[in-house]
Amino acid sequence: MDLSYGDRYEALRAELRDFLSGWPLTGAEAELPRAERERLFRKRGIEAGYVYRTIPAEYGGAGRESDPLLDRIIQEEYLRSGAPGNRLNQGPGLLVPTLLEFGTEEQKRRFIPPTLAGEMEWCQGYSEPGAGSDLASLQTTARLEGDEWVINGQKIWTSNAGEADYMFGLFRTEPEASKHAGISYLLIPMDQPGIDVRPLKQMTGSMEFNEVFFDDARAPAENVLGQRGEGWRISRATLVHERNLIGNPRLMTGQFEVLLQVARRVERDGRPAIESPAVRDRIAELEGYVRACETTNLRVLSASARGEELQVMLPMMMIKLFSTEVMKRIASLAYELLGSDGLLEPWAENDSIYDTSAEIRGVVHNFMYSLGPAIAGGASNIQRNIIGERGLGLPRDLRPA
Amino acid sequence: MHFGLTEEQLLLQETVRGFVAGECPPARLRELFDAGTGHDPGLWKGLSEIGLAGLLVPEAEGGAGLELLELALVMEELGAGALPGPLLGHALATLAIRLAGSADQQRRWLPDLASGERIATVALAERGDRWEPETWTLACEDGALRGAKRHVPHAALADLIVVGAAGGRFAVVERGAAHLRVEDERGVDRTRPVAELVCEGSPAELLVGEGAGEAAGRVRDASLVALSADAFGAAWRLVRMTTEYAKSRRQFGAPIAQFQAVKHQLADMATQVEPTRGLFWYAAHAWDYLPAEATHSAAIAKSHITARACEVARAAVELHGGLGFTWECDVQIWFKRVMFDRTWAGTPEHHRGRIASLGSW
Repeated sequence: MDLSYGDRYEALRAELRDFLSGWPLTGAEAELPRAERERLFRKRGIEAGYVYRTIPAEYGGAGRESDPLLDRIIQEEYLRSGAPGNRLNQGPGLLVPTLLEFGTEEQKRRFIPPTLAGEMEWCQGYSEPGAGSDLASLQTTARLEGDEWVINGQKIWTSNAGEADYMFGLFRTEPEASKHAGISYLLIPMDQPGIDVRPLKQMTGSMEFNEVFFDDARAPAENVLGQRGEGWRISRATLVHERNLIGNPRLMTGQFEVLLQVARRVERDGRPAIESPAVRDRIAELEGYVRACETTNLRVLSASARGEELQVMLPMMMIKLFSTEVMKRIASLAYELLGSDGLLEPWAENDSIYDTSAEIRGVVHNFMYSLGPAIAGGASNIQRNIIGERGLGLPRDLRPA
Repeated sequence: MHFGLTEEQLLLQETVRGFVAGECPPARLRELFDAGTGHDPGLWKGLSEIGLAGLLVPEAEGGAGLELLELALVMEELGAGALPGPLLGHALATLAIRLAGSADQQRRWLPDLASGERIATVALAERGDRWEPETWTLACEDGALRGAKRHVPHAALADLIVVGAAGGRFAVVERGAAHLRVEDERGVDRTRPVAELVCEGSPAELLVGEGAGEAAGRVRDASLVALSADAFGAAWRLVRMTTEYAKSRRQFGAPIAQFQAVKHQLADMATQVEPTRGLFWYAAHAWDYLPAEATHSAAIAKSHITARACEVARAAVELHGGLGFTWECDVQIWFKRVMFDRTWAGTPEHHRGRIASLGSW
């Protein structure tokens, strides 16, 4: 066991810190619009080999060898500096890894570079009103007419649909085939008359996702990833990337810090709540969960660095369920500590950050928002099925035919 | 950077696992459990032969000279097998002598303990749940002990007992010393019986090495790591036992594991346990190499793992249905094993209180 990164990695970290001291930009560059500044610094990160590290250079990445330990250091240092590094939203986070695995050369060259550069935004079209956990029952159809797909139906819970240039998603292209074999993975331009995006308002009052309606929408025939009917298999790969994003244990450490901050600020019997033995007991219990998550993450990282992922399959399967459940508990305790301020409305995107109630409203918001990750990307009960069936070797559910 | 085990550590664990499976299979375990002595001379001899009695004893004194992480890995396997025997108290006693004893005291006692020829244990708790060294009141004056200690594991078996005394000091009292009584407490865990130790002027020898002042805190932290590892092994065994049972037990024409109510409960049990493995690894590693984090991470491992282990044990009984509620069902052996792990050296609640004062908040 060795928890130091060693001389070679510490030297790389020092170089990286030196590089990151270039953010924020100075001089004339500091006067550029924000998006331009971010683009510029991200480009420098790619050239230096820190951003989009393992994506081949011909697709706009840095083209370096995979190195999980260096990835971790880069992630830590970019987080610390607040500099723009890897974009992790739908395009770079979910589609690009899938394209790299299943795309044709032409597709990779066409879609990956602008996606990484932030010039092409994506949304994910998986769920439908009638196809949530049972995703393979999806009904939105794509019919090949000449050199175009013609798409009809509806997607839902689509984040980023209003801003996206393209949707990647699953569509029923082979109505005669069996449930799973009739699905293809298509890339669809969003800016066209056949697509109608309607925002959905969340219980928190924010609007982060949408319904997307297709009425004879069009996509070029070549915009199919893999073969027709292979969409289900390909989408499994994307889901793994999504769960990795959602189950990221570093999010939890941040939530735990917020809890501590709230406990220091709110009062119990005229003293900071954090001094109350009852409160301390509950925070200490949560700290056990947070530390369990962090050390599990270290185990997985260490095994990955040695190419021994097979030895940590079980904890990897558990990370999403485990971390989202713990974050729900952290959010619930923070909310409880608010006392009667819990009667206030949640924070919303258009609230001023200078509003003195912003922290309180943020806690109210997270009391609700923390349920989202437990639902998105394979709800908790689906995770329990996966852990039970693939992790513990239990027989598959009794399912109606 | 490698938060994982070495080849040697994996081999050690495999060796102990093989020993437990071969020498104490369920039928033998059941015999020992029902007999209630918590000991089998043959098992102890076997453990000693593979070097476990002297695991923490320096090589110069005839031991294996290994570290707390190795002891924790051994404890995980002993917990998984619910192995009856005095290794917990014995290992902590050798550690106390190593840390607090003078060179002469170490030379005198450690070699026989390392070989397993003599068995030792530790007497820590006092009435009123006083496990912490700074709360000990037992007097050690003029070479005599006065006071009582509770929950001493395998006290009746031990040739030598390391006793915690006022001021957080350790003293050694030998088996059969005058004015010394050992009163069985009828403990719940039949794999590790506990007794009260009453000293009414028993002749004893204070450990007077250079490290005598800090040893008690280190032994406390080591005990927390050992118990958390034992509880992890036991809890994971309970998950596996219950999984197997749910696959074989049929109701409504199907294995009960096929019903989501059962499957999800099993998935939750597994998810309560598996991600805690790193907690005892980290705490053991910190004890060995990161002194500033040792006390805090030991308290986290003990409070978290043993609490989760008890929850999982309770769920295991329920999932076994009526059978799980019987004496005949082996689930109770591990259920009681984790009750011991949870309670000995202080409850999870006690250690959560310590975490709050030890942590950065």
